[in-house]
Amino acid sequence: MANQDFPLIFELSQESRTGYSLPEFDVPETNIDEQLGDAFVRKSEPDLPEVSELQIMRHYTALSTRNHGVDSGFYPLGSCTMKYNPKMNEDVARLTGFSHIHPLQPEGTVQGALSLMFDLQETLAEITGMDTVTLQPAAGAHGEWTGLMMIRAFHEGNGDFNRTKVIVPDSAHGTNPASATVAGFEAVTVKSDDRGLVDLEDLKRVVDEQTAALMLTNPNTLGLFEENIEEMASIIHEAGGKLYYDGANLNAILGYARPGDMGFDVVHLNLHKTFTGPHGGGGPGSGPVGVTAEFEPFLPKPILIKRNEEFVFDYDRPKSIGRVKPYYGNFGINVRAYTYIRTMGAEGLKKVSEYAVLNANYMMRRLQQEYDLPFEQHCKHEFVLSGKRQKKLGVRTLDIAKRLLDFGYHPPTIYFPINVEEAIMAEPTETESKETLDAFVDAMLQISQEAKDDPEKVQEAPHTTIVSRMDETKAARKPVLRYLKEE
Amino acid sequence: MEFRYLPMTEQDKKDMLSTIGVQTTDELFADIPESIRFKGDLNIKPPANEYTLTKELTDLSQQNINTKSHTSFLGAGVYDHYIPSIVNHVISRSEFYTAYTPYQPEISQGELQAIFEFQTMICELTGMDVSNSSMYDGGTALAEAVNVSAGHTKKKKVLVSKAIHPESMAVIHSYVKGPGLEIVEIDHVNGVTDLEQLERELDENTASVVIQYPNFFGQVERLDRVREIVDQEKKAMLIASSNPLALGYITPPGEFGADIVVGDAQVFGIPAQFGGPHCGYFATTKKLMRKVPGRLVGQTNDEQGRRGFVLTLQAREQHIRRDKATSNICSNQALNALASSVAMSSLGKQGLKKMAWMNLQKTHYMKKQLENAGFELAFRGAFFNEIVLKLDEDVELVNQELLRQGFIGGYDLHRDFSDLKGHMLVAVTEIRTKKEIDQFVKEVGDICG
Repeated sequence: MANQDFPLIFELSQESRTGYSLPEFDVPETNIDEQLGDAFVRKSEPDLPEVSELQIMRHYTALSTRNHGVDSGFYPLGSCTMKYNPKMNEDVARLTGFSHIHPLQPEGTVQGALSLMFDLQETLAEITGMDTVTLQPAAGAHGEWTGLMMIRAFHEGNGDFNRTKVIVPDSAHGTNPASATVAGFEAVTVKSDDRGLVDLEDLKRVVDEQTAALMLTNPNTLGLFEENIEEMASIIHEAGGKLYYDGANLNAILGYARPGDMGFDVVHLNLHKTFTGPHGGGGPGSGPVGVTAEFEPFLPKPILIKRNEEFVFDYDRPKSIGRVKPYYGNFGINVRAYTYIRTMGAEGLKKVSEYAVLNANYMMRRLQQEYDLPFEQHCKHEFVLSGKRQKKLGVRTLDIAKRLLDFGYHPPTIYFPINVEEAIMAEPTETESKETLDAFVDAMLQISQEAKDDPEKVQEAPHTTIVSRMDETKAARKPVLRYLKEE
Repeated sequence: MEFRYLPMTEQDKKDMLSTIGVQTTDELFADIPESIRFKGDLNIKPPANEYTLTKELTDLSQQNINTKSHTSFLGAGVYDHYIPSIVNHVISRSEFYTAYTPYQPEISQGELQAIFEFQTMICELTGMDVSNSSMYDGGTALAEAVNVSAGHTKKKKVLVSKAIHPESMAVIHSYVKGPGLEIVEIDHVNGVTDLEQLERELDENTASVVIQYPNFFGQVERLDRVREIVDQEKKAMLIASSNPLALGYITPPGEFGADIVVGDAQVFGIPAQFGGPHCGYFATTKKLMRKVPGRLVGQTNDEQGRRGFVLTLQAREQHIRRDKATSNICSNQALNALASSVAMSSLGKQGLKKMAWMNLQKTHYMKKQLENAGFELAFRGAFFNEIVLKLDEDVELVNQELLRQGFIGGYDLHRDFSDLKGHMLVAVTEIRTKKEIDQFVKEVGDICG
């Protein structure tokens, strides 16, 4: 550690300092080492820090100030729906009767939890237009894989073992093709057309009797609504395939359109995006999956049902794809999402999408003055710009993102989707005020001006952060993935 | 109805629509074909104000019997432990919980460093070289480990001890359908994995052997002998699933030459919350560093030479590798990893060992008291904080009676193991008192007497 470095908690450690207060040891002592046997008694303690409680609190408080969250400032990270995380949700999730219940307690002792889960399932089914929902998957990608495994089980249940391919648009999230592979499928790419939508001709070309499913977000990752969704659905369905909806972008259409009505068969949701589960620095999330009735037998088990006015788990599910996770999903996140949905109701949720779309279009039109807009139509909840005009001046999208840090913003998603050159993908969300949007746009316009007048200022950004750009090559070439005491 | 999360005024809306060049927000949705437009209102409950909804949900939560209202001896993978107050205070710092994956290192050093520290702590506990930044939970981490072993060895057969958590076993069976692996379940004898059967089943097609240590019954498996058996096949890997608290006192799998160690850090600072979110961990050797699923944080420096941290070795991950990725994990359990880091920092080197020791001691005390009361334990081997009590009665009925006496009883093993009828898995953690243990033994005696 050099003087200028911020210390690791291990570097604060002093032998015999304590930060704990363990319960009383009030039973007679046994010779446990003898019972374990010498080979199984650990010889040296794990080298954990020895620090006082205040030291820990100061350490992590300092770390938190070295981190940017939605509460710190605007966070228009496209595709991630970084909206406000209501504080009430946090309080509700921490209620003793929700946080301190064991998943293997008798069902009769957890009826409150089960009734919340049941109501959430029904509510999500209504919002998505699906027949039934499982809360078991832990996150979006987990939901994708769960949904694809159900599609696989469905085809195999029909004696159809040749449906080995899953079609994925070139603009899709990386998790889509990865989930297809992990579920044992081959991912096949379908191209986008010059309007940023799935190219129907190409879709007809790639679809065949081996097609298990088409995975789609709608609106897609360019923030554009796939207007031809019904035709796409019939192309896939006529070929015997199924339609999978990636719910990452549901924030655009709440109360305006439902995946079920568009012809989707299987849908996953990201409760940590649309329904305000906090992102937690990378998780935990929650990725429920909704399905049409014909997929119901394949749902992960157990399923939650209501029997004689009591909520119970049904394990007798011979066609189920099995468990995808121990217990019943990320309950704590589901409580937060439920609290949010109850706060908003149908009226509020529709306004959420109305403002998410209004905000995105407003920002897009203001930014269009200086940044290339590859697709001219109205966007939905997010939009994609191209930094290629700035690139010609020697300023790359990465530089623009880094310069935004100097203004106190988290930059948009960059270099994604991969079918747009120098992509800048911004999603403002509905919880941001017009003042915030204007200030951000002004910063982006200023940066564009700087790219012309003073490109180095942008290229060398950030200038005001606690650290400057990191040497990522070094990190990957000589990986240091843990702290080791200096000898 | 007012919505406190939506800041736009009518004037804002008007101005914005004018900038966009439309009259109404409906025009922005014109690309949704009429035929699939949702008409009417979603049939869900109406919006609720903060006070009323809080009251309703508080009432609902109070319908649940919980581990604060009752004394719990239920474990089976999820444990009731001491959680320092400081944990909740740290994870309530909204700079942490309202951030996402640290893609921009200059403004994410806090999260990145916290993960780097978590990785280090997991390495220390497990005796492994490398740990990732977290997985969904112990069960899915184990299933991912199985898939990693098959990918790495290019072999398709995996030997899995039946003495692992039955829900993890179920998850493994689901996960291996994609890569098409064959799972051979190895029986348990006297509460531990049948090593003779393991040896018989191990062959040149074996990718890995999966052992839980301590196992689902609380028994400490002979990892030394398992390793010797696994070594008979040059390529076969040893995967251990471990309660990380146990590793504060018992020899870590790394010292027995495990290739992958996974588990759940729920025991450190994370409440049961009905089964999730918890915090899976995934630790391995340097050799397998580039096969690790999920995010890894690495140390580097900035342009001025200051130490800093970044997400690294991302070529493994789905957003780069897409359909060539071996895992699709994206979101993980970062906030819970932070909670565990804070709990582990609080405990420190000595406290963690002491806490593990207390679990062992108090469970031994429970065993003695049960035996003194005339009960028989199913298994004789070394254990950590769980023991299997043999009853003549139906465990479910015993638990119903225990509930009336203020106890959440142990896990009914007959739910998953047909040969363990009347067997209750009893967990004793450091927070259980002598009085509670004595009372529990008395109640079980009264019920079964």
